[in-house]
Amino acid sequence: MKKWHFIIDVAKCENCNNCFLACKDEHCDNDWPGYTISQPLHGQRWMNLQRTERGRFPLIDVAYLPKPCQQCDDAPCIKVSQNGAVYKRTDGIVMIDPQKARGQKAIVTACPFEAVYWNESEQIPQKCTLCAHLIDEGWKRPRCVQACPTGALNTIYLEDAAFGLLVNEQNLETLQSGNNPAKPTVYYRNLYRFNSVFIAGSIATDKEEESNCVPDAEVKLYRKEELIATTTTDEFGDFKFDNLPRNIGAYQVQVIEREAILDSVLVTLEESKVLTTIRI
Amino acid sequence: MVALLIDQVVTKSPRLSLIIFEVMLTGLFFMLRVRAAIDPAYRSRLRERNLSARICIRNHGVGRTFIFRNGKITSLKDHAWKPDVRVVFRDAPAALKLITGMDDYFRQIHAMKNFHVDMEGPDELSLWFMLTLKMLVKKPGKNRFGTLMKDGTVRHTSNTNGGPVFVYVKNGKIIRITPIEFDETDAQPWTIKARGRSFTPPRKGTVNPFVFGLKSLVYSPDRLLYPMKRVDFDPKGERNPQNRGISGYERIKWDEALDIVASEIKRVKKEYGPGAIMNGSGSHHTWGNIGYWLSARTRFMNSIGSSQTIHNPDSWEGWYWGAMHHWGNSMRNGASDTYGTVEDCLKECELIVFWSSDPESTSGVYGAFEGTVRRQWAKELGIKMVHIDPFYNHTAALLGGKWLAPRPGTSHAMALAIAYVWIVEGSFDREYIAKRTSGFESWKKYILGNDDGIAKTPEWQEVETNVPAKDVRALARLWGSKKTYLSPGGLVGFGGACRSATGIEWARSMVCLMAMQGLGKPGINMGGLQQGAPLDTSFFFPGYAEGGMSGDLDTTGLRINMYQRMPQLPTMNTVSQMIPRLRIPEAILDGSCEGYPTDPRSIEGQFKKFTYPAPGHSPAKLYYKYGGSHFGTMSDANRYAKAYRSENLEFVVNQSIWFEGEAKFADIIFPACTNFERWDIGETANSGGYSHHQFIQWNHRVITMQHKCIEPLGESKSDYQIFQELAERLGLGAAFSESTTELEWCRRLFNASDLPQVISWKNFLKKGYYVVPAPEEDLRAPVSYRWFAEGRPKDVPELSPLPSDYTEKWRSGLQTQTGKLEFESSSLKRFAPNDPERPLIPTYVPSWEGHHTSSLVRKYPLQLISPHPRYSFHTMFDGKDGIVNDVKDHRVLIDGYYYWIIRINRRDAAERGIQQNDLVKVFNDRGAVICAAQLTERIVPGSVHSYEGSAKYDPIGEPGKSPDRGGCINLLTPSRNIIKKSHSTASNSCLVQIELWNGDSNL
Repeated sequence: MKKWHFIIDVAKCENCNNCFLACKDEHCDNDWPGYTISQPLHGQRWMNLQRTERGRFPLIDVAYLPKPCQQCDDAPCIKVSQNGAVYKRTDGIVMIDPQKARGQKAIVTACPFEAVYWNESEQIPQKCTLCAHLIDEGWKRPRCVQACPTGALNTIYLEDAAFGLLVNEQNLETLQSGNNPAKPTVYYRNLYRFNSVFIAGSIATDKEEESNCVPDAEVKLYRKEELIATTTTDEFGDFKFDNLPRNIGAYQVQVIEREAILDSVLVTLEESKVLTTIRI
Repeated sequence: MVALLIDQVVTKSPRLSLIIFEVMLTGLFFMLRVRAAIDPAYRSRLRERNLSARICIRNHGVGRTFIFRNGKITSLKDHAWKPDVRVVFRDAPAALKLITGMDDYFRQIHAMKNFHVDMEGPDELSLWFMLTLKMLVKKPGKNRFGTLMKDGTVRHTSNTNGGPVFVYVKNGKIIRITPIEFDETDAQPWTIKARGRSFTPPRKGTVNPFVFGLKSLVYSPDRLLYPMKRVDFDPKGERNPQNRGISGYERIKWDEALDIVASEIKRVKKEYGPGAIMNGSGSHHTWGNIGYWLSARTRFMNSIGSSQTIHNPDSWEGWYWGAMHHWGNSMRNGASDTYGTVEDCLKECELIVFWSSDPESTSGVYGAFEGTVRRQWAKELGIKMVHIDPFYNHTAALLGGKWLAPRPGTSHAMALAIAYVWIVEGSFDREYIAKRTSGFESWKKYILGNDDGIAKTPEWQEVETNVPAKDVRALARLWGSKKTYLSPGGLVGFGGACRSATGIEWARSMVCLMAMQGLGKPGINMGGLQQGAPLDTSFFFPGYAEGGMSGDLDTTGLRINMYQRMPQLPTMNTVSQMIPRLRIPEAILDGSCEGYPTDPRSIEGQFKKFTYPAPGHSPAKLYYKYGGSHFGTMSDANRYAKAYRSENLEFVVNQSIWFEGEAKFADIIFPACTNFERWDIGETANSGGYSHHQFIQWNHRVITMQHKCIEPLGESKSDYQIFQELAERLGLGAAFSESTTELEWCRRLFNASDLPQVISWKNFLKKGYYVVPAPEEDLRAPVSYRWFAEGRPKDVPELSPLPSDYTEKWRSGLQTQTGKLEFESSSLKRFAPNDPERPLIPTYVPSWEGHHTSSLVRKYPLQLISPHPRYSFHTMFDGKDGIVNDVKDHRVLIDGYYYWIIRINRRDAAERGIQQNDLVKVFNDRGAVICAAQLTERIVPGSVHSYEGSAKYDPIGEPGKSPDRGGCINLLTPSRNIIKKSHSTASNSCLVQIELWNGDSNL
């Protein structure tokens, strides 16, 4: 059975909001009978763009997480819904029947991803439909994906098995849903840019009466005396160890020159950390 | 064939002509009757008016009168009876030529100008009669346009500042607006082969985010649907100008509104003489070549004679007033051409330096996200990137690379320090300097401190910029050792840094740095892959600045291509009085001001100071304003509110789509419709004029028919129609319209372009767009400045500089006096050799509103930068209750109100007790704006960032004298010119303080 699969590359999202706005263009002031009632002009975010900044001025990066309905395989919204108001189509799209769902606010609160919205005036829960009304008409992709200029959003129509291979091959991940094993089916690439932390720093030298960046210095990262990663500084003397889990105790950063340790810094990571410039 | 026969044979015999003329008139009568019988549309047209119209010859009694009564036509030969309308031909041969050549506008215009034909009677009736006759020539049946889709919607096409679009319409309502995806019949795109890889852009157009907000703006509750009059404005009694911006409005009929404006136009001309009418518009408009402000508006305003508000080169500033004096390029306002640079950059370049450059936010201009894929290719190829900007902008965030964050308005110090490192370490192109440039020794002396004892070292710049010396030294070494593209601004020749008190020094230092590295050599050029795609520039289609139907040879680009190709009545503004746009308030309140022109013809165009009032001219008494953007876009904008409320302005009319900004300060408001509700025609990103071949930002040339997708909402009308109806009241109806329709003007423009060679009008109208094929690889434009670097004649496809501006042979060397790239400017030496504000070489002139102005800094310690917005185009797509308001990084909803955002470093916020989304008052001596605080590490500490371009001006108390919670950041920016000898904005040199807002309404 072929299904629609959503793959999102966090590293390619630049928060242009084309997806968010194309979604509103399609769904605000337009009813799609059999699919969904119109989205209120303001308030709902069927494609919810979340932002994170990591690091400290001036060694920072910024990432955005586009978060639509996760089209869960074991969807809490389906479980909590009465009289089959929420259902999963054979092509993988989770749908809310607006008539049957009227008054069922539990569908909103059941979602661990906060992807279902409550239409106060209609008393109906609403969410992303993957533009099923267009897909059924032969559109190749939903509006958000069509609108994306960077390639961050992609949908493909594939057999589960083939998609499984793709997930393994490309190391795709889903969002965590806490204690709720919802089995989301929206997959992410480079999710670490949003979820993980980094250690970054700069190495400089003050020899010969002027301050200079130190390029090509070797920097090693240890945890519990185990070498995790090695890198070298760039032209600006900067280095960065990325995709590290947080809150797992101390890391040690060592600057090495001809096998001698020039400097060593202990770091604990709750958030991404930028070290004070290391002067050697 | 008939026309040829008439031309060659018949008109040579006046007697024969006369006989044929009479036969033709009889024939015409029968044609009218037959058409009315078979064509229901024509029948209903005939029912629109009751009138009598006579077509006759001036020197004989010969003619025929046509009488239209309740849809019935009768005809008389009798000429004693006086008709409502008379079409009078000079003689029979002239009549025959014109009647048989209705589609030949060259012939028609010639006849009109030389009085071969004249029209008498009320304009409105004459026009109706002429259009009715013209319809007779067209085949019956409706114009077919748009594509019927499976679900019953019709897919139309249109165009916007953010890219071309499909517009899906059902039951007269817009359902959705999407980017254009090309079909299998559209041309294939180009492929660039670089470093073993092939790069081809996707076969679709991208659009800016705000384009998706358009449907919500068309149906916005802020749409003006009826003509309005301020309740306490009485043109015959109390006008209460002091209440502009305060009083409410009442709905009036179109006739009343038009009559008031027409009679005010006549009144001020009669009472005060030439110059009393002032007209101005924003720099941008809904897309098109006919309804555009440089087209229909210009035609009308020229026809009535009006003082024009002159635009400062606001996107270019430092390039226009500074860089131009070193490398010429006056025809591009001091910016540069960028031909062939996408291919050269991908093939050769090793480092791109983005300096005050955020194309991912600004899209260059009109570039949507076309450059994005090219920059992603560059990243994949491992081309290094550096971003110099006080704000960690979206281009930096997407692409990564080193971020250097200078204090605003100081980065020209960094430029000098880079030059210092290159000079002392010898890492610059000595041969290029010797052969292609002049004046380097003067600059070198200054950099090394031989003149002033201050060596411009990285350490020296650190004091100014706060960027560590080591980083600048590292950048200089990297740049000096790699083939580098410099991207100054989102487009080459833009950039927030150029709109600051130090913008002139910054822009020209950019040029001089590239001169040191051999501008034009392989991999060494200007640009950040935003411009320079290998498109066909030989295919002619006009940009909006080429004047459309303006008839204006003086202030548009009409005379370059369009006047020859699209014959039309010329229009000339008899009023030479000009008002600098940034000095409108002083013009009105003080009665005098001065300015320097934006005249790109020559480098010297900017030297011709002008004054207001012009000799023998009246000060402005009537203000005809087009749209309402100035509070959001002009500096120290409270001045504008005060000016509007002055009794010196006797009458204000605003023609606007939405009820916002300055529209709320008018006496009469004309409701204009959007471009989705009228006909137009235009090419994506083609502005023409001083941005020649602007469309090479795009990966495809997409020329669109801009369908009238829906009927105008409410009683709104197209700008063209409004001008037409006003013109009729001033006896200018026929001259304005040339007795054609908006759709016919589109067809005339189509015919004036190269389109008829590749697609029929019928097919173009139906399908709605045409993609110009990319040229074959060996026909691609050469790389900009390659000819210069190699000492050859100029070979890129632009006509500038003008032939007389070459010092040696045509196409040899640059526009400068020496023909070389001048480190020391000859033009400035001629004009003002001792101007301390603009020395002959780029120097470190500190900002007049920055960290050195210590008395101000004590009160207002934060530097505010206000770049062009990301989710709107100036004010065009903001506010209006549109969906863009919901973009988290655009506005923030707090207590039911969408507040504008100010970005503040966490450290500065903590010092002020400010937390995320707190409402804060941003203020200085000029005003106060209430914003939502966004805490971030993306802005250099000590500075704050907020976009310009709020459409909403919402003063809490008295307009002009109270805080604004709409978000017009420009209430805070200085109105001072960058230098005295200019007309310029320094909006990015602005000191403010920020505090938590306690809800008060004090400034």
